[in-house]
Formats: sequence, C-alpha cells, structure tokens
Amino acid sequence: MEQYDVIVIGAGHAGVEAALAAARLGGKVLLTTVTLDNVAFMPCNPSVGGPAKGHLVREIDALGGQMGLSADEACIQMRMHNTGKGYAVHALRAQADKPFYHNLMKKIVENQENLDLKQLMIDEVIVEKNEVKGVKAETGEVFAAPCVILATGTYLRGKIVYGEVNYDSGPNGTRAPQKLSASLLHIGVKLMRFKTGTPARIDARTLDYSKMEPQYGDAQVYNFSFLNKVKTREQVPCYLTYTNPTTHKIIRDNLQRSGMFNGYVEGVGPRYCPSIEAKIVRFADKDRHQLFLEPEGLDTNEVYVQGMSSSLPADIQIEFMHTIPGLEKCQMMRAGYAIDYDCLDPLQLKASLEHKQISGLFSAGQSNGTSGYEEAAAQGLMAGINAMRKLQGKQAIVIGRSQGYIGVLIDDLVTKGTHEPYRMMTSRAEYRLLLRQDNADLRLTPLGQEIGLVNSERWSSFTAKRDLLERTLFSLGQTYVAPTEENQKKLAELGTSAIRSKISLLELLKRQQISYAKAAQAFGLPELPAVVAEQVEIQAKYDGYILKQRQEVAKALKLENKLLPESIDYRSIKELSTEAAEKLATVRPVSLGQASRISGVSPADISVLMIYLEAKRRKEEQ
Amino acid sequence: MEDTISAIATALGLGAVGIIRISGPQAVDIGCRAFRALGSKKLGVQEDHRLLYGHIVDNAGQVIDEVLTVYMAAPHSYTGEDVVEIQCHGGLQAMEEILKLTYQLGARAAEPGEFTKRAFLNGRVDLAQAEAVMGVIEARSKQALQGALAQQRGALSRAISVMRTQLKDLVVRLEATIDYPEEDIEEVTYNSACEVIAQSLQRVEQLLSTAHTGKIVREGLRTVLVGRPNVGKSSLLNRLLQEERAIVSAIPGTTRDVIQEQILIDGIPLLLADTAGIRTTGDHIEQIGVARSRETMEQAQLVVAVLDGSMTLQDEDLEILRALKGRESVVIVNKGDLHLQVDLQALKAEFGENRVLVLSAKTAAGIETFIQWLKTYVYAQGSAAEGGVLVQNARHAHLLQDAKISLDDALLAAHNHLPYDCIEIDLRGALDQLGAITGETVSEEIINDIFARFCLGK
Repeated sequence: MEQYDVIVIGAGHAGVEAALAAARLGGKVLLTTVTLDNVAFMPCNPSVGGPAKGHLVREIDALGGQMGLSADEACIQMRMHNTGKGYAVHALRAQADKPFYHNLMKKIVENQENLDLKQLMIDEVIVEKNEVKGVKAETGEVFAAPCVILATGTYLRGKIVYGEVNYDSGPNGTRAPQKLSASLLHIGVKLMRFKTGTPARIDARTLDYSKMEPQYGDAQVYNFSFLNKVKTREQVPCYLTYTNPTTHKIIRDNLQRSGMFNGYVEGVGPRYCPSIEAKIVRFADKDRHQLFLEPEGLDTNEVYVQGMSSSLPADIQIEFMHTIPGLEKCQMMRAGYAIDYDCLDPLQLKASLEHKQISGLFSAGQSNGTSGYEEAAAQGLMAGINAMRKLQGKQAIVIGRSQGYIGVLIDDLVTKGTHEPYRMMTSRAEYRLLLRQDNADLRLTPLGQEIGLVNSERWSSFTAKRDLLERTLFSLGQTYVAPTEENQKKLAELGTSAIRSKISLLELLKRQQISYAKAAQAFGLPELPAVVAEQVEIQAKYDGYILKQRQEVAKALKLENKLLPESIDYRSIKELSTEAAEKLATVRPVSLGQASRISGVSPADISVLMIYLEAKRRKEEQ
Repeated sequence: MEDTISAIATALGLGAVGIIRISGPQAVDIGCRAFRALGSKKLGVQEDHRLLYGHIVDNAGQVIDEVLTVYMAAPHSYTGEDVVEIQCHGGLQAMEEILKLTYQLGARAAEPGEFTKRAFLNGRVDLAQAEAVMGVIEARSKQALQGALAQQRGALSRAISVMRTQLKDLVVRLEATIDYPEEDIEEVTYNSACEVIAQSLQRVEQLLSTAHTGKIVREGLRTVLVGRPNVGKSSLLNRLLQEERAIVSAIPGTTRDVIQEQILIDGIPLLLADTAGIRTTGDHIEQIGVARSRETMEQAQLVVAVLDGSMTLQDEDLEILRALKGRESVVIVNKGDLHLQVDLQALKAEFGENRVLVLSAKTAAGIETFIQWLKTYVYAQGSAAEGGVLVQNARHAHLLQDAKISLDDALLAAHNHLPYDCIEIDLRGALDQLGAITGETVSEEIINDIFARFCLGK
C-alpha cells in the first residue's frame, strides 16, 4: 500500500491548485482523476477572470498559485473591464484557449516533483475514529494518507439532462463517481444536490459574423500574474448578437420539455447563470437577451454561446438558435445541458477548509457548493496549503475578509453556507476598496512567502516593486511645491487650480486631473514603471476612502480577535434568542466576529455572548 | 464595541450639580477638545484623578458652562475604561449642550445599562451583576416588541424602509453594472444618483429632527412642580396618580445607571423631581421652599407652577412666576372649585392663553384638560415628522446621525463625479447604518436584488 501525505480527489481547477501547493510545500501527493483527459478542463465558458473572479486569480498568483500564470499563457483575448468605475472594481477577464489550458496544466502537474497523477475512480474515503486514513479505488487499490482533499467538482453522482435525454455522467460525458457519495454519507458528511448548466457549442464555419458586433481585446497587454511574463499576444475577437421574440416563442412553446421543468433536474441552480428558458420565464418583458460568441480555442472550430445555457432538447436548441442573427445556419457540435451533482454543505467546514468532525478531510471548489473555475482554484490552493500545515503541525492559514477575496469567499461559505452554487462578486466584499486587483501582491505575497510558495524570482521582483513604491511615496510626501509664479503656471498647464501655500507632491496627486506621469514631467520626477506609478496614484487619490475602510477594519478586528471556545453550549444560554442559539450551535463560529455575520444573530445576541464569556472567564478564575 | 460613549450620569433633582460621563478610548481626546482648564493644566495622565476647574467651550469657541472636570485613566474608573466626567452647574440646558458637544466630538449616546455592561466586561463590577445586565439586554429587546413602543418602532421601521428601498435600488443598479460589465444594463447617471441621495438625506434629517421629542418619550419629560406651601402640589400629584391610566414604575435609568421613577400618565412619561419623596413624606417639596425649587427648576425641561386660585397672589407666588421667565412652563391655578381670587386674564396675558390652566385637584375638574395639554406639549414637536414617527432610541438617533454623515459624503462624491467604488462606500455605509435600526443586513439583500431585477449571466 502506497503512503502519501496528501491525496487529492479530482484534478479540476481546485484539485490541481491543491495538489501543486501541497507538493511544492514538500508533501508527497497523489492527484486522482476519473480521466486524465480532463485535467484542469473548462467544462463551461472558455474564459478566466471578470469582476471579483479576476481579483481571485490575482490573489492566487500573489500567493504563489498556478492559475494566473497558466491563464496568461493560454489567453487569446484579454480585457480590463470597469475602467470607468473606479480602481477597486477594475476587472481583468481573459478568453482562454481551452485545450491549450488543459494541456499546459497537465504538463505542469505531470512534471511537478513529489506529485503522482493517476486516473482512478475513487469509491471510498477511509476514516477511522474520525481520522482520515486514505482512499480506496474501484480497482481495489488502497492509498494511505493522513489528509484527503475532496475536489470532486460537478462529477459526484453527476447527471446530465437536456430534454428527455438524461444519464449519469460528469461534465461532457465523463464517468461520474457513484459510490463516493455513499462513502461520504457513511463517514458523516452532509451532502446537498446542486445544479448548473452550459450552453451549446457551435461550428465557427457556419456562423455569419457580418451580422454580429465584434468585441476585441484591449490593445495594452495585460497579465493576471504579477510576474507579467507574456509580453505580446495574438488576440481573437468575440462576437455579440441577440435573441428576439421568435427565439423566445420557440423556447416558451417547448418549456415543458426542458430539463428544468420536466422533472429530471433535482438540484438547486444558481440565479446568476440562469438557463435561457429561466431568463425568458423570469424576465418575460425583455424582448431580447444578448449572446456572446466566444471561441473555445485557436485550434478548434467550437464556439461557446455565452448567455444561452439550456436543458431543452437538442432539436429545440438548434431550432431557436437558427432564429438568431448570424446563427441562422449554425451547426451545433455539442448540445447544451443541465447537470445535477452532489456537494458538501460548507457549514461543516472550518475556515481552513477541513471538516470540523473528520480530522484530515478537506474539501475545495464546487464540492463546497461554489461555482466557477476561479472560486475553485482559490479554495484548492488554501486546502492544499492547510493540509500541509496540518501535517507540519503549523497553524492553519485563514485569510481575513480585509485581506483578500479568498478570505471573503471562504468566510461566507463556512459562516453563512449557501443554498445555490456560490459565485464571487465584488459586492460581497465589504472592504472592496482595500481588496483591489492591482494590490493583490502587496496584500498577499508576503503571506505567500511565509507559507513557502513564493519562489525567489517572485520574491525579488515583489520586493523591488514594493521598495520602489514605498520610497516614492515617502519622497513625494517630503517634496513640496511652493506657490511661485512658475509653479502656478505649471499647475495651470496641468489643468488644475492654483495653490495658496506650499503643498506636497503627494497632496497634489490627490487631484483628479494630475497623473504621476504629468506631475513627473512638470516637476522633474523620476520615471517609474507603470505598475508603480499607478499604485502611487491610487494611494494618493483614494487616500481618504482607504483610511475610512481601514478604520472599519480596525473596528471589526476587535470582534474577530475575541475567540469563542469550542465547548460552548449555546442552547443553554437562555438570554440568546432561540434562532441565534440554533444557528450558533450549527455553525460553531471561532470568533465573535464570525458569529456576528451569521444571519439571525443580532447585536443583542453578541452582547449576551460577550457577557457570557466574561462571566465564564471569571468563574474559571475563582 | 470600543467606541466612546457619553451620557448624563446624574438623576434629576438630586442636587444642583449634573455630571456628564464620557467613557472609552476617545474620552481624553474629547475631554481635551471640549474643556479649557484654568491655568496651564490639561486633562491627561499627569492629572489622573484630579479635579480641574475650567470651562466647556463649543466648536465656535463659545463658553457653554463653568465646570469641574476629572479624568480617570483606565482601568481605575467606573467602567474600567478611560473616563472623563464633567460636573456642571448650568442646569439641564447646559448639560444637554455639553452632551451634544461630546457627540459632535466623536462620542455616541450610551445605551441603557451600557456603562455597567462595560464595567462588567472590564472586571469593575462583580459576577452577581452579570446576569442582571444580561437581563436588561433581554428585557430591552422584549420591551421593544410590546405595546406603544413597538407601534412607534413599526412606524420608524416603515419610514426607514422607504429610504432604504430607494438607496438600495441605487446601490443595486451600481453593483449590477460593476459585477456584470458586459450585460446591457442602463448606466447610472451622476445626476440621478445625486437626486436619490439628496432625497434620502432629507428624510434622514427629518427623522433626526424628531429625536428630541423621541428622547422625551423615551426617558420621560423632566418635570418639576413648584409652588409655595399649601397650594396643593401634592394633591395635584396624587390626583394624577389616582387616574387609572397612571403607571408608576421603577425603571432602570435610561441615560444613567441608577434606578429612577417614571410616571406614565396616559402614555406621557414624566420624570418628576423627588416624586418618591412627595409620595412618602406627603409634602416633601413643600419643605424644600422656594430657594431649592429654583435649583431644581434649572434642571427641568418643564416647570409646572402651582398657584392657589382661592387666594390673591402672595409675594412668594410672584417670585416663582418671575422665575418662570425664559423657561418652558405651565401655570396651574388650583382650587378651581372655590371662588377664584386670581386675575386669570393678567396671567394669560403674561404667560399665554394656553399656558394657564384652571383645575381642581380636589374634585378632578380640569384634570383631563391638563393631561391633554401635556400630551400636546410632548408630541407637538414630533408632529412635523412624517406620520408622527419619533426617533426614541438613543442608538437609533446615533445611527441616523451616522447615516446623515455617510449620505453627505456620498452626495459630495457623486456631485464631484468620483468613481462608483468610492460613492458606494458611503452609500453602503448609510444602508448599513439604517439597516442596523431595522435589523436588516445589507449585503445579502443587494445580491438578491441584483438577480431579482436584472437578467444576468451565461
């Protein structure tokens, strides 16, 4: 029997990050997958990033994870969204070459030291006395490990439905584990059933792009990774087209044949990516919906129809697509479908992503009820890190809500749970202005260094940037502009008002009209790398708001630092409201801060807990 | 938790000196900014536990009152936190002004039992009191669910809901365009944002303007009965108490941590100076005499002057009537069942037609009119608000004040066309603060609304 430190079940976006992180931290790792042909496979849209998701990718990169670097290489179009809406919500989104991304990740995983990649159907997680011992495959092989990370995505008892067609399957016709769910239930894991879906893929040769609106990538070359390795990039356009009342009529006339309505789909689907039939039912007054046609890669004719996820029968999917401008003669290569799958109720997990009752069992990604490649990768990275730290006897790494979107994501999951596939959104982050995608490295690379995932190349480029930034901010704060005639003239040329008394350059940069580049030219400042100049501008212009958010963080931290002992019997505290006592007993928060975020726990309940804790402390002292 | 709180810490009628207590990390800072000591001394560690003489000066540099101030450094204070106590002589008005100044300088109104709660958490009061404090918190939330208070709360919640709905709608529209940049959602214009924010701001200000009345309803109207001996003050009080609608209750002080008596007459809460004394000794106030009455009048919000209608005005009566000048007052001409010797017309000419009431404590004639008068007096100030909504709770008033600041900032940001992410900080701040009043959490609501309103996603 082979002995590993960490076994990861599933080699999707969560599994790959988990396995790579654990192996890079020195663990002996087994990564299993039902098919080697689906390593880091993108079963849905061929893209990475977007609002909040792009932030997650940058955070993964800042910590030393893989997704950003691979997405940069696989990228065939990159755009920075929301540039007019403020730095906090700038969002990088890439179209990815799907087969390329899979091949690249597979190559990286295959060549990672300490990592074995195997095609295996895992039937069982072996647990003794609430401690993980290993896994058993359908072949009868047993692999031993003190830590097992579930990263089963949408495969677990997966069932594909479109129209009357329905069969047990993972995404794209792969085998779906049938026995693992029972094993998980047997060891005491609580499961939920969720649903998601994907649209049809159509043949690029059969599309009339002249009837659609092209969407090009940005001229400026962006990268997710702070290592910024890709300098030039071949980009291809996407195309925008719309549904119309004829499309909607066909869909409406056939609703009863949709998997969503014919009773074949059991799981709870996400509101944020509704199927086209759900959109038409819920937003009946909208006479058109936009569709983006996204290429699946440079070496394939498959085109993804974003906005048209459906579980209608294949013939209906073809029929309504033919009503859409540019798609009149389209050939469908794969039908869209809905997929039902088992996942864990994340309320069973600690913030380290380890199961509360089963020592050594971790879970990450869609198996925790999330959706999206980026959300999965972020959790995978943290699960891999924390599994290794557990083995090394180190304290788990828990990223705070004020430190990163990764922290918001995991805290939401383990504190509030979720009733539908959870998608990251910038509006979920209360400290959004601090958690910008531009400063993910400043926020998290020192932590990545401490964890041990930041290599010397990343660390030296990071420290160089950080030091230059700090020196620049210091010297700008110390350099004053006097209200001389010459300076006033310069200011007028910069399009800004005159100054009354001397003012530091940092103060001057707070003015909306003045960029670092302009100020540098006018006042003879050194030229800076673009990322540093941008950082200087953001920190100057957002200073007041950043301060406001920092004060909020400081206030919240006081509650975060008040820890709740694991032994509390909430139901015995009669001053708590009944609802609060029940919720607290279920979630078992680690701190008053976490308790305060549970819905149904009021500020009065928090006061009661504070007094209870103090009373308890004093009783113990006596 | 560890913000700085302040409140009047003395009960009415317990002497002429009033104490304002400020507790929390900002106490010294607030104290230093409000207090100018005579000489070169300054509040701070070097003057720990020493009484300093000086003045309280408002933001404009005006002297509010002559005071003694003491700083008690943590942990050697009542609450175990840094505490500054201001002892002032200038009566209720000055105390209220000083209190308001402490709010402006960053303190917030203390909640019921909050000084004691902090004292407990910091180990300053003993274990036995722990459950009592938890009881207060529990009782407060139960009380809030009952009777007239709940009704008022419901009205306030509705008023706030209207505002939140508008603000949330704006936030949802902004968030949807942020989280779904590629969807065809109508962009929000700065003008429309300014309009919504300005409307909400106006509503918050309206509600805030009722906070004073709300405070009376919450804490009781600080009332004092004055009059020379034997005009019938205690009979009047007893008559009021005989009314079936009168409830006398020992309630924990709302801005102070002492037990105080509140008399609820037909829903009008009165805090009567020394009432316990009047009722037990029968004629306690009678013994205090005019000199003491004056001191007590300094601290009252409403002075009820009682005259004996069956006699012509005595020198003492005239002296009392003179002392009413510039105060909120009502003149009661008692013994209205007897032949009136008092010149009513002259009194009405001097104090106003509806500030002079004739009644008989003995026969109860005219008592109803007096009760109606009190009601009108208390609620008149609040009637300007929409639907008669009153902000009664100190915490609510404070949250509204915070919401006002957030909305001011948001309006300025939107006016200057700052990016969405900046405007959103204050908009969501305001939503959070308003939501804390109604007990609604913002972030889930916004996300729910985004999906309910917009058709988004693949």
